[in-house]
Amino acid sequence: MKLNYRIVIFAVAIFFGLFFSAPSLFQMQDGKKIALGLDLQGGLHMLLGVKTEEAVKSRIKSVAASIKYFTEKKDILIDGLSFDENGITFTLLDKDDVKTLQSFLHEIQGAVVVVVGENISLSLTNEEIARTKEQAISQAIETIRNRLDQFGLAEPIVARQGEEKILVQLAGIKNAEDEQRARELISRAAKLELMAVDEERAARVGNMSASDAAAYGDVILEDATNPNIKHLVREIPVLDGGMLTDANVGFDQNNRPLISFSLNAEGAQIFGDFTGKSVGKRLAVVLDGKVYSAPVINERIGGGSGQISGNYTVLEAKDLAIALRSGSLMAPIYVMEKRSVGPSLGADSIKASMIALLGGFGLVVVFMVVYYRMAGVIANIALFANILLIVAVMSLFGATLTLPGMAGIVLTVGMAVDANVIISERIRELLHQGVSMHKAIEDGYSNAMRAILDANITTLIAAVVLYAYGTGAIKGFAITISIGILASMLTAILGTHGIYQMLEEKMKKSKNNLFWFGIRG
Amino acid sequence: MEFFRYTKTLGFMGKSKLAMFFSIALVLSSFAILAVKGLNYGVDFAGGTIVQVKYTATAPIDAMREKLKSNEIFEGASITEFGSSDEVVIRMRTTTGDVVVDVGDVTRETLKGTGDFEVRRVDIVGPKVGSELKEKGIMSLVLAIAGILVYVAFRFEWRFALASVLALVHDISIAIGAIALVGLEVNLDVLAALLTILGYSLNDTIIVFDRIREGTVKGRDEEFAEVIDDSITNTLSRTTLTSLTTLFVVFTLFVWGGEIIHAFAFTLLVGITIGTYSSIFVASPMLLLLGFDVKQYHINLAEKARRETEKDKMRAQFESGVM
Repeated sequence: MKLNYRIVIFAVAIFFGLFFSAPSLFQMQDGKKIALGLDLQGGLHMLLGVKTEEAVKSRIKSVAASIKYFTEKKDILIDGLSFDENGITFTLLDKDDVKTLQSFLHEIQGAVVVVVGENISLSLTNEEIARTKEQAISQAIETIRNRLDQFGLAEPIVARQGEEKILVQLAGIKNAEDEQRARELISRAAKLELMAVDEERAARVGNMSASDAAAYGDVILEDATNPNIKHLVREIPVLDGGMLTDANVGFDQNNRPLISFSLNAEGAQIFGDFTGKSVGKRLAVVLDGKVYSAPVINERIGGGSGQISGNYTVLEAKDLAIALRSGSLMAPIYVMEKRSVGPSLGADSIKASMIALLGGFGLVVVFMVVYYRMAGVIANIALFANILLIVAVMSLFGATLTLPGMAGIVLTVGMAVDANVIISERIRELLHQGVSMHKAIEDGYSNAMRAILDANITTLIAAVVLYAYGTGAIKGFAITISIGILASMLTAILGTHGIYQMLEEKMKKSKNNLFWFGIRG
Repeated sequence: MEFFRYTKTLGFMGKSKLAMFFSIALVLSSFAILAVKGLNYGVDFAGGTIVQVKYTATAPIDAMREKLKSNEIFEGASITEFGSSDEVVIRMRTTTGDVVVDVGDVTRETLKGTGDFEVRRVDIVGPKVGSELKEKGIMSLVLAIAGILVYVAFRFEWRFALASVLALVHDISIAIGAIALVGLEVNLDVLAALLTILGYSLNDTIIVFDRIREGTVKGRDEEFAEVIDDSITNTLSRTTLTSLTTLFVVFTLFVWGGEIIHAFAFTLLVGITIGTYSSIFVASPMLLLLGFDVKQYHINLAEKARRETEKDKMRAQFESGVM
């Protein structure tokens, strides 16, 4: 037995493979492990889109709210303040105020103000619209990430994909209820608005249509507990959730859960001003377009805190508080792609692919030994090392093993022995020509080398393209195939060559072609 | 053990006309099947919804159908068995964008009373994502072929590259034809299988081409067809053995891999068989057809070698300070 550099490298590779694959193979506590893909462990994958045009609309709405607040504060009389997705229009009653008003309007970011006589209209520039849309997406990502971080799942993934898609991946969701809870939490707008009830017309809400209400600058909203109860409130809110600083679950005197929130300084100021001059009137607490309560204002409320009471369970209140705390979604989100796999299906897939892997591996191993004898045994050692290396490299990089990835490993088993088949066939050919065993091995390797390299590189090209253009699970297939090919160069070419060189003395002595290479002569 | 030991060269090229006829017939009928039946795109590419439901007993498909009729989101839904009689898949072309009200929840509600079941998988692919995936899929096939074309042209010669790519197109066409024939659902995994075939079939072709290259470099300007026959004969045992070992594992995937990997394994099974055949009977005769000229190749090689030595000479001169 002689040591040579090939066998040393091979031994190091096997040691490396054993060391780094052990945590994954034996499910050890420490060390980096292969992550199972959502299709194997169960979980939820979603690509979400953002309805960015809604964000533009709500931006315009909040500009309208600020105009209303400003003019009321400065006693500037305006009339017919209304807005749609294109902009805001209103008329100024006292022309003397035009200067003050204009200087205020010009400070609004990205606004185009047109004054024709007493008619004033305001719209947003294209840049401002684009900026608002972009902000809606990045804010949605931030918000969803915040919410999921507080949801209590291990390592939720929230990332931007392409220009306007949001990727959400939640592994290890155990049941349908959890999944639904997660989805509700993600998509909840959590838009809190405090709106004044239109006391003059509120009594007539029962026989008013939406357009009737709009004519008065009002909007009809449903009650959160009973959809049959309608509330008539001013369309432009007093305050919105953007000024919210905190939200927590509390309990009322009957021990029912409620949510208490606090506002920032600006919000507290507006809230105080409004309640101060609206004593005796009602203020509706509106969450996501539903009225949770509409208490009568008894006195000026300073300090900037409030409560949302409703008919919810403690868990619902908790999720709602998370949603409010982590900020509202500026625009609603929708599902572009969703894949959810139950844990039992994942377990079934693992079982099926393990059977296929072991079955395929067993067949190949037996075939190689029967056909090539000792050369087959050596090839099998390389094959075994190859699988170890795939597992080790994937563990080391924390790569994700998906079902197609499993198929990739199975396929690698078939393809990795290819190099050894090519080499062994070349050696056999030379032995048939009567060449000595030593020369047959060395020439066999050098003859086979070029073909193996070319073949592997072209397969790699296909795998790389697959990785670049594939999505999700398919990427996993490309990864295992690529690692398998690269590892096979080390194991099937270098490793087996090293073993032959180590055994050379023995082979020279025995001269038994049948034992070593499975051929007579 | 040894299956193949040929003392004399087999006359593959003599049979190449017959093989060409056979190949053209196969490819044409694949196109015909494609034109008539078309591909059955799954949700990945066409968009749509899949709900996989597993019952503890045999799935009551008729009762399920009745129940689903009550909700309009299941309009046009088809229910089919999936792998075993207690597992079914509900397919719809429609999708819902609502994050909260999920089609899985709706299914759970709607199917209440049909037995003990579990919703195991919900896939929703919106139309936009579907068409994007399709675009990317076609792009990936084209790019992979282009990359291979460039590499083979660089390592061999342009005719080798063209011949191998034609063989690849041949393989992919027939595999797609077979998919259309059995009405297999085309999803991302089938695309992955097609790309694998690309790499695999090319493997085979390159092993043969490598021998041909070796033969032409070594040999005199002998009859090119003989070089090809020699090369194929010499690599025949490797070609069949590797195909066999790979087919073993793909076959185990096909049989025991479960329903979800079925389409993938089927595509590979067809593709590997065709790929093995094509490397012998399509790619190699194509070299003849494309008029690969051994004499010219030798001249080119000599020219290349001459330039190399000249370069070396110049470098040596440069380094010794003559220039």
